[in-house]
Parts: sequence; structure tokens; C-alpha cells
Amino acid sequence: MAHIQLSQELPGIVGPLNFSPDTAKPLLELAEVLLRGPNTLTSAEREMIATYVSSQNDCKFCQCSHGAAAAEHLGGDYDLIDRLKLDYETAEVSDKMKALLAVAGKVQKGGKQVTSDDIARARRRGATDKEIHDTVLIAAAFCMYNRYVDGLATPQPTDRDSYREMGQRLAKEGYVRPRNPSLEAA
Amino acid sequence: MAHIEFDEGLPGIRGALAFSPATTKPLCELVEVLLRGPHTLTPAEREMIATYVSSQNDCHYCQSCHGATAAEHLGGRASDYDVISQVKQNYATAPVSDKMKTLLAIAGKVQQDGKQVTSDEVAAARRQGATDKEIHDTVLIAAAFCMFNRYVDGLATWQPQDPEVYCEIGKQTSRLGYVARNWKQPLQTIAKK
Repeated sequence: MAHIQLSQELPGIVGPLNFSPDTAKPLLELAEVLLRGPNTLTSAEREMIATYVSSQNDCKFCQCSHGAAAAEHLGGDYDLIDRLKLDYETAEVSDKMKALLAVAGKVQKGGKQVTSDDIARARRRGATDKEIHDTVLIAAAFCMYNRYVDGLATPQPTDRDSYREMGQRLAKEGYVRPRNPSLEAA
Repeated sequence: MAHIEFDEGLPGIRGALAFSPATTKPLCELVEVLLRGPHTLTPAEREMIATYVSSQNDCHYCQSCHGATAAEHLGGRASDYDVISQVKQNYATAPVSDKMKTLLAIAGKVQQDGKQVTSDEVAAARRQGATDKEIHDTVLIAAAFCMFNRYVDGLATWQPQDPEVYCEIGKQTSRLGYVARNWKQPLQTIAKK
């Protein structure tokens, strides 16, 4: 059971977002800009960073929903996302992405873990200042979202089909959209 | 030196906020609602939660700014700054309410990991009168500062060591808040030096 009274049908972060509309607005806008705003990294790549950090934080809901969003951006390649979570060094992503995932992994542990060498490696592989900035902020933001979801003990579905549906909706419609129980069910 | 190129003279998160206006808008709106929106916890109490989490994350810039802002909300006397030092060192013996102590315990668990928060801790907060909204906001403030701290430290931003700089930030922020600020403007105390 959740630590506060949330509607039990709403999975993961959806319950707290409905509980607190004032904070939901900037939280969703931030996710929209970071994961879907104009960028040289694709939405799939940015969702991968979110997924990897959420899996390092062991947040079931976030790693499955953003993993599904990443996979759906790639036409349904769920296998790639599974491999990426296990070991991104051997997954089929660009060398630049591997360097950015290394930076994200350091941010997950603590901001001060990121070294100049980590940054230099990302730059050698073509990463720009904006890409490095956004990688750090995506990783940091998911250290927030993951703690928000788990810290309130929200209900988190365990079946893949629920997340597939969420992934399809996130990939198509994004994060800033009407959000209330009746529309969620629709 | 910061990991990416920021405008000169902007300390801590300010360099990053000036660098990326599109993300700055929701980040500042979030912190404004969380720390200054209508609430049964005072802005000073909410800034204390932010300060405690930032100190557990060892983020010098955030714990100093939000600590000074909390102290300024309390009146800005040396004794107010002392309350904040006590909260950071050991909130259990600091002069804050019993309810605040139970909320700080929850915030400390969120800082480690969301799953560390137990039903017992939530029940203890409720016994001291904490509402669902206060528990929700405590969790989200703690979670948000796990983001802000990583943003500030993960980009290796410049973090002044002079306490006077943070007093000025605390005075400004307690008065003006977080939205509609010009983050590109260097701080007066730094400009003078």
C-alpha cells in the first residue's frame, strides 16, 4: 500500500501526479523538454539514459515505462533496451552514447563522481556541451523521479503489457497532456 | 573548472540555469511551488528539508544557499544561522518541532533511496500530526534536491567558499523566490571582489 492515500488504480508516478497538480505541471514539463524537446540526441537515446539510470536506482516503474518508451521510439526493439540495462558497453548503441551513459551512471551515484576524463571521452566521441548538460540533467532528474515513485511506495505493475501500452502512449503523445483518472483509463 | 562552458562569474546552479533556459523554466517553477507555495509547513521548514538533504549529498553550493535562505526566513540573526547548522549536524537535538524531526527522518531515507522509507517512519510522522500533503511534499522536496545536487556537482560548477556570498543569496532568495529571476546577472558580493 502506498504511504499516502493515492488512487490505487493509478500506477507508479501517475498517482502522486494526480494527488499534487501544482507540482505535476513542472515535473511533466521538465520530462517533456528533456526527453522530447529539440535536441541532437534522439528521443530514443534520451529515454535510454532515463531507463539506464532508473534501472541503476532499481525503480521498477520508471525503468519499465521509459524502457518501453525508448523501445517504441525504435519501432518496438525491446531486446536492445534489455541488453542496454544489462551492459551498455556490448549493446548496439553508438560510441558517443556509451560515453554519455557512463557519465549518467556516475551522476546516479553522486554528481562529484563525474570526472574530467569521463567528459573528455564523451567529447572525443563527438558529444557537445548541450549533450553533456542534458545527459547530466536527465540522470539527475531520474534520481528525483525514481525517489518520488519509490519513496511514496506507489503501486507498480509487474506485467510487460501494461508498460508496452504506456510506452506506446509516451512515444506518441509525450508527457504534457491531460491527466486525470477517467482519461488515464481511456 | 566546470565540465562545460558557462558564463563567467555565475556560481553553482546559476551557470547551468543561464546555459539552458528551456529546462530552467520548469526547474524554477518546481522549486518555487515546493519551497514557497501555499502550505502548512513554513518556507523556513521546507528550506530546512532542502538544506538537510543537500548536506547529506555533500553539495556545498545547495546546502549553503538553502541553509542561508532558511535562516533568513527565520529572521537572519546569527542564532537563526546556528539553528540551520544544528539541523545539518543532528536534527534530533536541534530546536525544531517533533513533526519536523519525523519529516527530516523521511527526507534522509529518500536521500539514500526511495525504497528506504518505511511504514513505521510514515506512521511516526502521522502521530506528530503530519498530513498526506506534508508527507508527499517532504518526499518530493528530498527527491528534487537529489536532482539539484547532482546537477550542480555533476557539471563541476564553481562553488564559492566565502560564507558572505551565501548570506546575500539567502537574503535575495527569501525575498524574491525562484521564478522571474535573471540568473545571468552576477552576484553583487562577487562582483565587488
